[in-house]
Amino acid sequence: MAQVTLDRVRKTYPNGFEAVQPCSVEIPDGELVVLVGPSGCGKSTLLRMIAGLEDITDGALSIGTDVVNDKDPADRNIAMVFQNYALYPHMSVAKNMGYGLKNRGASKAEIDAKVQEAARILNLGDYLDRRPSQLSGGQRQRVAMGRAIVRDPELFLFDEPLSNLDAKLRNQMRIEIRALQQRLGVTSVYVTHDQVEAMTMADRIIVLNAGRVEQIGTPTEIYERPASTFVAGFMGAPPMNLMTAALVSGQLQVGGETKLPLTPPAVATDEVLVGYRPEDVRLGGDGSVVLDVQIIEELGANRLLHGQLGGQAFSISIGKDEQAQVGPQPITLPQDRVHFFHPERGTRL
Amino acid sequence: MTDMTQASIATPARPRRSKRFRWSQVFDHAILCTGAFFMVFPVFLVLMTTSFEDADIVRNGLQFGFEGQMLENFEAAMFEAAGFSKAITGTRMLMNSLILGFGFAIGKIVISMMAAYAIVYFRLRFATFAFWIIFTTLLLPLEVRILPSYEAIQSLGLANTYSGLIIPLIASATGTFFFRQFFRSIPEELVEAARIDGAGPIKFFIDILVPLSRTMIAAIFIIMFVYGWNQYLWPTLITTDEGMFTLVRGIKQIVQVLSQTGAMIPEYGKALALSLIAMIPPVLIVIFFQSWFVKGLTESDK
Ligand SMILES: Nc1ncnc2c1ncn2[C@@H]1O[C@H](COP(=O)(O)OP(=O)(O)O)[C@@H](O)[C@H]1O
Ligand SMILES: [Mg+2]
Repeated sequence: MAQVTLDRVRKTYPNGFEAVQPCSVEIPDGELVVLVGPSGCGKSTLLRMIAGLEDITDGALSIGTDVVNDKDPADRNIAMVFQNYALYPHMSVAKNMGYGLKNRGASKAEIDAKVQEAARILNLGDYLDRRPSQLSGGQRQRVAMGRAIVRDPELFLFDEPLSNLDAKLRNQMRIEIRALQQRLGVTSVYVTHDQVEAMTMADRIIVLNAGRVEQIGTPTEIYERPASTFVAGFMGAPPMNLMTAALVSGQLQVGGETKLPLTPPAVATDEVLVGYRPEDVRLGGDGSVVLDVQIIEELGANRLLHGQLGGQAFSISIGKDEQAQVGPQPITLPQDRVHFFHPERGTRL
Repeated sequence: MTDMTQASIATPARPRRSKRFRWSQVFDHAILCTGAFFMVFPVFLVLMTTSFEDADIVRNGLQFGFEGQMLENFEAAMFEAAGFSKAITGTRMLMNSLILGFGFAIGKIVISMMAAYAIVYFRLRFATFAFWIIFTTLLLPLEVRILPSYEAIQSLGLANTYSGLIIPLIASATGTFFFRQFFRSIPEELVEAARIDGAGPIKFFIDILVPLSRTMIAAIFIIMFVYGWNQYLWPTLITTDEGMFTLVRGIKQIVQVLSQTGAMIPEYGKALALSLIAMIPPVLIVIFFQSWFVKGLTESDK
């Protein structure tokens, strides 16, 4: 087990593209950190630098107490699970899992014991003699996990390990991976573009945007106090509503006439971005704020009302027991749930 | 590459909708049978002719009947010392041919796999350039460079040796090309997983690449073995010692030697028997590796 420290780690590809801007983060022993962000934001690059598959342009990476920048992937005592599993097609499940141990000179008895143990944990006992091509997607995923755990690594790295699975299996595997990681207590870095995976699995989340770290925090912090409009929009489904509001003599206004009954933040700009999570807005109220509902989406557990507020798109989520119709509806914007962002920089105020 | 061959093999196996008699099938089979007949007929004719005496063959040419000489002719072809120096028998020639065929095929596979490995997996500065240089040697087959090759082998003292017979033919642009294409189709993640699993370059080659390439190896082996077996020009040039003769070149030598029965006629029966024997190993190789090849394809799972 080990802690992982990134100290201003940066990556510029040989073609001059800066894929990861300087990134500093400390991952304590046993923590599962999720790297999340849209496709192409540099998640895999960062993960592959930790794995040693990609050179680190600048900065220091330590696993445990050693700086490992120049160590070979095999010497970093890590294990990685790839999106397409990368199982050796010509080897049986048992051989696949034992290959890393064999290369490290483990005895046959030791390999057998470890493989059996991993197979037991992952319910793969009946499949040890099969080839990867004779397994389902979920089973291959498990073999990839098995290959990672047999070696007792100090660090697990996952690169979108669930994105080739169907939705149901994905939910199930998500829970299994999390449970396994907690049981083994191995420090882990998990890459995904799926914000649900990030929220549900992470001890802490690192949100990446175009190679830059937008925010690092626990799922609750990220959700409750997004550091920027990017994080606010990326984390949470449906995403947070963001409205541009004018500051007219200490009063927030949207669309010229609707006054928002909110205490504005102390800023020197004449506009702010007002953010509300759809579920933080309540239906009903004194009529000072009215949402013009245009579409009602039925989700079973709740309903989404999409409409316009002061001429800007706005959505709210209501419980399944509440009634709603298309047309103007009074809503309540609670002061304690509002998020303010800088109109140009998008940073939290 | 694998997928393509797989598809072409899988198509005929598509389940037929009905077992109804179809005229188109009769037609297909007629074409097949005609083709097979044209291929098998000459071989059969030669086989029958080996049962005649040399004198008979000289007088009447190839013929269908059956006389009692077949066994004698084959026995003579295989075991009777022949040639001017009486240093060679059919078995010896067969062995020489096998050494050439296997050496040629195995050598080509080893060399071209290693070349392709270097080109695809190592960050060599001139990898692409090197590949195209290798590729342009397709334009320079042995026939074009035969004099310098002969000169080199001769001055190295490798004339009349197996090494001299095999080594100049061993570099293979085609093999390198096919292995390069195949290696490039192997997913990058597999290489990375192996790296993390602690497989160095040599382990990766032996544990991962070679087993994954087995269908490729089988295919190239078939082609190269037959190609090597049928080499005529180079062995003719480099082997003057009759003990080094291969079957393909030795047959001609035998026809030139006159029969000892006193009738001063070439030993046609023996030559025909030898030419039949010369056909057997390539056929066996194709049959053997073909089943292996298909098995590899159906089990393959890249
Ligand atoms: N070898 C490379 N050379 C140049 N640019 C690359 C290379 N690999 C990835 N990139 C670029 O770096 C960015 C980040 O890639 P990646 O880390 O794979 O993103 P993702 O977050 O989707 O995993 C992308 O814009 C990609 O085009
Ligand atoms: Mg990626």
